[in-house]
Amino acid sequence: MSEERKKTNIILFSGDYDKAMAAYIIANGAAAYDHDVTIFHTFWGLNALRKDDKMLVDNKSTIEKLFGRMMPRGAKRMGISKMNFGGFGQKMIKDVMKKHNAMPVEDLIEMAQEQDIQLIACTMTMDLLGLKKEELIDDIVYGGVAAYIGEGEDGAINLFI
Amino acid sequence: MNVAKTLDATGLACPMPIVKTKKAIKDIETGEVLEVQATDQGAKSDLAAWTKSSGHELIDTDESSDVLKFWIKKGE
Repeated sequence: MSEERKKTNIILFSGDYDKAMAAYIIANGAAAYDHDVTIFHTFWGLNALRKDDKMLVDNKSTIEKLFGRMMPRGAKRMGISKMNFGGFGQKMIKDVMKKHNAMPVEDLIEMAQEQDIQLIACTMTMDLLGLKKEELIDDIVYGGVAAYIGEGEDGAINLFI
Repeated sequence: MNVAKTLDATGLACPMPIVKTKKAIKDIETGEVLEVQATDQGAKSDLAAWTKSSGHELIDTDESSDVLKFWIKKGE
């Protein structure tokens, strides 16, 4: 344990519930390995960081408002990548997860923050999708590609999910 | 075996046994033994790999019942 801490970096591009689950399980596992862990959220992956409550944010264009309404607010509302069937598949998965004591993604995100995993929101795609800082959960970092490369260049594990 | 602390991770699914083990091992001293009880079938290879990488030692396992038991000696 004396050598320098290893780094695990994950890009979460997907806004699918199951893919976010995989990302956050790997992240929490890596943190248990004493890695410095970063999850870089871009595009649909940003939705995992959205707050649960509906909020009215000023200065949004019509398209941005529309995007905001069409995209899930938080991991809890994200659909699964296969067999979602309009949200029914997600409910089924959640039932099965409960049965097997698997942690829901929203809890895994909380656990990640407890384990000091750095959550980065990509500001460029936030602009594209019209997401504002106040719509995202607290204690996250805002950055761009350089923030990811900075962590990723000496990452022991780098994943794009 | 002298067990300094026992962690009940039964019923928990991946990645919780390993996350909890990491937390629990902080509470014991170097050379002391942590007993981990788990029902997740992946726990065996998870704990074996984790102890190897993090400088601890998996000194014994008991897989004779549904509740798997692991004894980990804390490293430096």
